Amino acid sequence: MHPADQNRGFSSADKAAAEIAGNEFLAFTLGKEEYGIDILKVQEIRGYEAVTRIANAPEFVKGVINLRGIIVPIVDMRIKFNLGEPTYDQFTVVIILNIAGRIVGMVVDSVSDVITLNAGQIKAAPEMGTAFNTDYLIGLGTLDERMLILIDIDKLMSSAEMGLIDKIAA
Amino acid sequence: MTVDMSQFFQVFFEETEELLAEMERLLLAIDVAQPEPEDLNAIFRAAHSIKGGAGTFGITDLTEVTHVLETLLDRIRKGEMALTGEHVDAFLAAKDILKMQLDGHRHGAAVDQEQVVAMRATLQSLAQQGSARVPAPPGAVAPLNAAPAAAAGRHCYRIELPALPERDIKALAGELGLLGTISESRLPDGRGVFVLDTEDSAESIVAICSFIMEPSELKITTEAAASVEDAQRYGVFEPLPAPARSAEDAQGYGFFEPLQSAIAQKEAENAQGYGFFEPLQTSIGQTEQENAQGYGFFAPFVPNGGTQPAAAGASKHGDAPDKAAVEADPVAEHATTAAARKPAPRRDADKPAVAHNEASTSIRVGIEKVDQLINLVGELVITQAMIEQRVDSLDPMLHERLLNSVSQLTRNTRDLQEAVMSIRMMPMDYVFSRFPRMVRDLAGKLGKKVEFVTHGAATELDKGLIERIVDPLTHLVRNSIDHGIEMPEVRAAAGKSETGRLSLSAAHQGGNIIIEVSDDGGGLNRSRILDKARQQGLPVSDAMPDAEVWQMIFAPGFSTAETVTDVSGRGVGMDVVKRNIEAMGGLVEIRSLRGFGTTISISLPLTLAILDGMSIKVGPEIYILPLAYVVESLQPRALDIKEISGSGRVIKVRGDYLPLIPLYQMFGIDSACTEPSEGIVVILESDGRKAALFVDELVGQQQVVVKNLESNYRKVAGISGATILGDGGVSLIVDVAALLRSSRQLNDESIYTE
Repeated sequence: MHPADQNRGFSSADKAAAEIAGNEFLAFTLGKEEYGIDILKVQEIRGYEAVTRIANAPEFVKGVINLRGIIVPIVDMRIKFNLGEPTYDQFTVVIILNIAGRIVGMVVDSVSDVITLNAGQIKAAPEMGTAFNTDYLIGLGTLDERMLILIDIDKLMSSAEMGLIDKIAA
Repeated sequence: MTVDMSQFFQVFFEETEELLAEMERLLLAIDVAQPEPEDLNAIFRAAHSIKGGAGTFGITDLTEVTHVLETLLDRIRKGEMALTGEHVDAFLAAKDILKMQLDGHRHGAAVDQEQVVAMRATLQSLAQQGSARVPAPPGAVAPLNAAPAAAAGRHCYRIELPALPERDIKALAGELGLLGTISESRLPDGRGVFVLDTEDSAESIVAICSFIMEPSELKITTEAAASVEDAQRYGVFEPLPAPARSAEDAQGYGFFEPLQSAIAQKEAENAQGYGFFEPLQTSIGQTEQENAQGYGFFAPFVPNGGTQPAAAGASKHGDAPDKAAVEADPVAEHATTAAARKPAPRRDADKPAVAHNEASTSIRVGIEKVDQLINLVGELVITQAMIEQRVDSLDPMLHERLLNSVSQLTRNTRDLQEAVMSIRMMPMDYVFSRFPRMVRDLAGKLGKKVEFVTHGAATELDKGLIERIVDPLTHLVRNSIDHGIEMPEVRAAAGKSETGRLSLSAAHQGGNIIIEVSDDGGGLNRSRILDKARQQGLPVSDAMPDAEVWQMIFAPGFSTAETVTDVSGRGVGMDVVKRNIEAMGGLVEIRSLRGFGTTISISLPLTLAILDGMSIKVGPEIYILPLAYVVESLQPRALDIKEISGSGRVIKVRGDYLPLIPLYQMFGIDSACTEPSEGIVVILESDGRKAALFVDELVGQQQVVVKNLESNYRKVAGISGATILGDGGVSLIVDVAALLRSSRQLNDESIYTE
């Protein structure tokens, strides 16, 4: 377990609990919006560290880092979603995701908490002609006054527009 | 109780595959005229183990084929029939059939049932022919034949099982049923009892049962067909140590020991020698000394002494043939019957022991576990490098002990890394062992005589490479047989021996392994290659050195073969061979002398996981260039740089103009230094093409652990992988071959979409 996990009060025990409860989402913010992703896709949460650039990669692919011997690409969602000039400091958060056996790091503004939503709290997403395609939305989660944009992170990260994964040769 | 059978299946499949390979190896090595009894036994044991395993898992088609195979092998090893070339061919074919069936079960591959049926028929007819040819009148001929002849008779065994699940009992009944007729009953305490009427020996029964239980739990007795008063005394099979048994009980009549166990001592006391066969392994030493008077004791120093007392002992009790058989048979399983009568049973004794040792000195580990270990050690190496960097700034006087400990850590880490990397190493034998069969088949097909020799089979190479070298090597070996080695009559006319010699060797040379395929055939035909090259419009001249001419056979679609055979044409696919080897970071060289043969020499790095790299800096980024491609580096003078019509620059290096590749442009890096004369150029060479790479500065040379970039990201043009530097940061490894391929089209955007 990486120390960063404990710092943020997020451990494998939480994960195990999530498996039983289901529908647990990790809430994070990007700009003014709050997003949620399936907690089971999250491997760990880290601070931002220097990346190694990859030539001719899309702008939102910051580069690669060494995650305990594994080379992991880092994607900045703030650039991907056009949320202004990103800053990188000791408070910048990287969510390490495990998507279909591949490991990808995702830079977000901050991580708030893990919330449980039941089916009634998840509303279908309205059509939004915004930054991303509603195909990648699970729906909108509501919890008291908060609204979470629930992203199907699996689908988003493996999509062609992210260009993280080579398309399987036809 | 639910057990996941699939894991057992996997073990069975792997074991069977190994046994088949072993069988093939032995068959290829066997001397048909004078086969070694222990080889025959080993082949028989392999077939027998496969049958036993297949039976346990209910894979009946394998059992059926192995059964006929085993029958035939059994007769040969017992000397009932002579081994012929025909037999060896049939056995090899049978091995292929078994492999096909195995693949059928394992991977769902197609199984040609007609071939299976034909094979069984062939084996059966061979078995019958044999018996007609060498009739074995029971007891009439030499003692050599006595036991097998008797063994062919039927015995009735009573097999008492330990407490077992019902399912296992049924499975056993099914399997034992293959040996003969079986009837099943129950003891009052619920244990199963089989009565088996079979030609096979008690040993076979133990072998089969050992798949399910400990042999020592098994109690096998012969139900003497004749009404002998006290069956428990005669022909008692007692695999149990039975410490309580009184000495009188085992007066030694027909008492034997199918399994090595704690009985040795008891044997020593009780084996007064009547028909006592010592199955060899065990602590015989003492026994031998005490019982050297040894009637019927099979020890090396009592040649020919065995059978008579045994027979005598048995006949004394009136049921001579049967008893003798019962007694002799288990021995035959351990030592050959023949060997039992020759003063050489010792050698057989060693064999199972050796095999056993081999089995216990290696373990099977999933490659991902090894990779994980390598990753972790890589991390350790990096951490260690970080510590080393930090302590460098400390005062050596004040921190002497800390510095000593750190240097100790450095040494240990390096040793550990080496040890871990060596886990991935496999002997070349893994590759070489598949060729004898291929050479034999191919030579037979082409009507050539080929002697195949290998050297350096123990040389080790990384597992990743060893699997990839198989195809290119196969191609080269086929070529050598097809085109290199001449027909016997041609060879004889040229004053050479009719049998061609093909050798395959592997040896370490520095950080590389050199693999050579060498034949003493006709050699390459220089003029024909040159003619062919001209036809294909390749630039050639008669003055070219041989080495360059030979390299032409690697050109795509180049073949000098006059006729295309169904085997291959030298040249067809040679370009693929070369490309595959180069993809592994290797080189191919040809040496050939007309009339004396050809040697193709492949030089490969020992591992792909580590490479010698040169780290270079461009702007803020550090890249690694594989050292194998680096020719030299130099600081260019401004006047050596020439512009070519504004589309690219070249640099003059000792009279040659090389294209200049500015790395900062290729990788879009903001670099302070854009004039080659301010930086350094590294001359790179790949595939005979040279170019000058312009970089800011050289950082140093180091060994780097290669990491795959594609496991979590996609392929990146111009980058072949990544590595982790001493500070924990990631550095990318430049794909020099691709870079040079695209260097001609420097201003063309397409280089990255290649």
